[in-house]
Amino acid sequence: MFFQQFINGLTVGGVYALIALGYTMVYGILELINFAHGEIYMLGAYLGIIFLGLFTATGLTSSSLPLLLLCSILLSILVCSAYGYSIEKIAYRPLRNAPRLSPLISAIGMSIFLQNYVMLTQGATDKVFPHLFGSHGFDLLGARITYQQAFLIILSFLMMVSLQLFVMRTRMGKAMRAVAQDKVMASLLGININSVISLTFIIGSGLAAIAGIMVAMYYGLVNYSIGYIAGIKAFTAAVLGGIGSIPGAMFGGIFLGFVESMGAGYISSEYKDAYAFLVLIVVLLIKPAGIFGRSTEEKV
Amino acid sequence: MSDVVRGLSIALWFSLLFLPFSGFRNVFILFAVLSSYAVIISSIKRYGNPLKEKFQSVRRVVDIGVRPVRFKPLIFCATMLLLLCFPLLVGDYILDVAILTGIYSILALGLNVMVGFTGLLNLGYAAFYAIGAYGYALLNVKAGFGFWQSLPCCLVITAAAGCILAVPALRLKGDYLAIVTLGFGEIVRLVLNNWDSLTGGPNGITGIAPPYLLGTSMAALNRYYYVTLGAVTVTYIVISRIRMSRIGRAWVAIREDEIGASSMGISTIWYKLYAFAFGSFWAGLAGALFAAKMRFISPESFTFMESVLILSMVILGGLGSSEGAILGALILVMLPEVLREIQLYRMLALGTGLILIMIFRPQGFIGGLRSGT
Repeated sequence: MFFQQFINGLTVGGVYALIALGYTMVYGILELINFAHGEIYMLGAYLGIIFLGLFTATGLTSSSLPLLLLCSILLSILVCSAYGYSIEKIAYRPLRNAPRLSPLISAIGMSIFLQNYVMLTQGATDKVFPHLFGSHGFDLLGARITYQQAFLIILSFLMMVSLQLFVMRTRMGKAMRAVAQDKVMASLLGININSVISLTFIIGSGLAAIAGIMVAMYYGLVNYSIGYIAGIKAFTAAVLGGIGSIPGAMFGGIFLGFVESMGAGYISSEYKDAYAFLVLIVVLLIKPAGIFGRSTEEKV
Repeated sequence: MSDVVRGLSIALWFSLLFLPFSGFRNVFILFAVLSSYAVIISSIKRYGNPLKEKFQSVRRVVDIGVRPVRFKPLIFCATMLLLLCFPLLVGDYILDVAILTGIYSILALGLNVMVGFTGLLNLGYAAFYAIGAYGYALLNVKAGFGFWQSLPCCLVITAAAGCILAVPALRLKGDYLAIVTLGFGEIVRLVLNNWDSLTGGPNGITGIAPPYLLGTSMAALNRYYYVTLGAVTVTYIVISRIRMSRIGRAWVAIREDEIGASSMGISTIWYKLYAFAFGSFWAGLAGALFAAKMRFISPESFTFMESVLILSMVILGGLGSSEGAILGALILVMLPEVLREIQLYRMLALGTGLILIMIFRPQGFIGGLRSGT
């Protein structure tokens, strides 16, 4: 029982961690809660279904399923990145020097827009993701792990490791870290801040798209309203780990996944969504800077 | 020429973004609209822009015209007279909408105390609305109290809930505060949805009694209109008076500069606590009115979207302006009723509207904030 919940928590936690990375990167650079980020994740899930459906309709799936799955994942990453890039340009860039509340409200507006846009074009009912992996699996330490779960866990860890490598080892990653530390100084040293911010949105949205497809595969159902609650949970995860910190977001996401699956397994599954909020409020009360975050004093 | 190319490529970009969701036909229409728009804009840019100067001069006049409204007894009395005669002139359907507008006006006025006056962004205001509504419903259905006996109770409970939320919220700023209030709103809704024995779960509570005044039921729409009108008037007058008082000025000082305010001797903790308690108090009033009007409530009426709707009213009218809050409520309640066909697109328009207002007119229709802030 415990190990089973552990595995379930790890699967869901990986998804939260991938979404949380987008929040934490944007917050680290712009100090903005990108409310529309949860909707990007929802768009990713829908796009996965749409592209896979398109491939099936043309009769390609019968030949090579894994390849087509990969193709639809890549396509939805591409489209979601385009969405993330455009959202930043439309809703956030004109407000970069506005009071703090303005971009937040604009982000809420964007989130409402995307949610209702998907509802109007795709319908308000649940969409079904084709069952690809079956329920085959293997037993480990008394817990049943499906191949699908194993695939999801491995994929999310792969993404996290490659992101960490990108940010720490490449030139562009270095530029991102520099902009997060001090925007003015970074621009004086010749870093194009606008392109770094765009890149942040593109990477974050791509990760959210992967998370969306993973959830669609795991639960098999997608709805236009999944973005909101997942967004809040991922934000909780980002705050838990210390917002602005990339390892923090990974840790926070996985921790939140554990809390949720343990809470659902041992206490009550009806309040599953409330645990995240309780964790958030407790963390903000005890250690507002998060576990990996540094607290900063406000300068006058 | 390069402007045209740029405009066309932007139009193409957006059309392609919408392609996976809307299919080819809609995308083609979108592209046609966007590209013609781009061509028009670029040709205006090229051949001078007489419209722009005209627009700016109009705008200057409008900006002067909408200074924060001072309390004018004459205008107030005339408006009240008109509103008192209102039920004699119109039918039941319009009265129904008017009552709803009144309830939302109270909500927007109350939220304006937190967001507009004090600068505390609250994304869970519907939770207080729900607490007020369920407070009256439970006192009435389970304990058998009448409207007027339970109303003070509801108000106290809601204000107390505001204080409870304020305890964690006061230690936080800006975005974090917004998220905690959002979490509070969700927790309240989840509790209402799952505590079946007390709240009836998703089925809600039915059979709530209307208010009685001097032994007569106020359930009829034209009578209930006067109850609502009275409540809105009281809310408006009290909040306007408080705004100009020592407390109100302290709130605005905190909004403008928290460190500055506290160094001038304003206890920011206490005044924020007042703002929370006082702001949520009015949601209790609106909730009780809503429950007594509908005679039935369920958690579905108090979702996050409800909080956003109330917030949009405040922003639309102008943060910090009481008249603006009422105007915002009027617009957002009336609009979907007037334009039945676009009701489906209401939320779409609301989202777009929020972004556009933030970019082009952050002070709202009636600017409540002083210039430069």
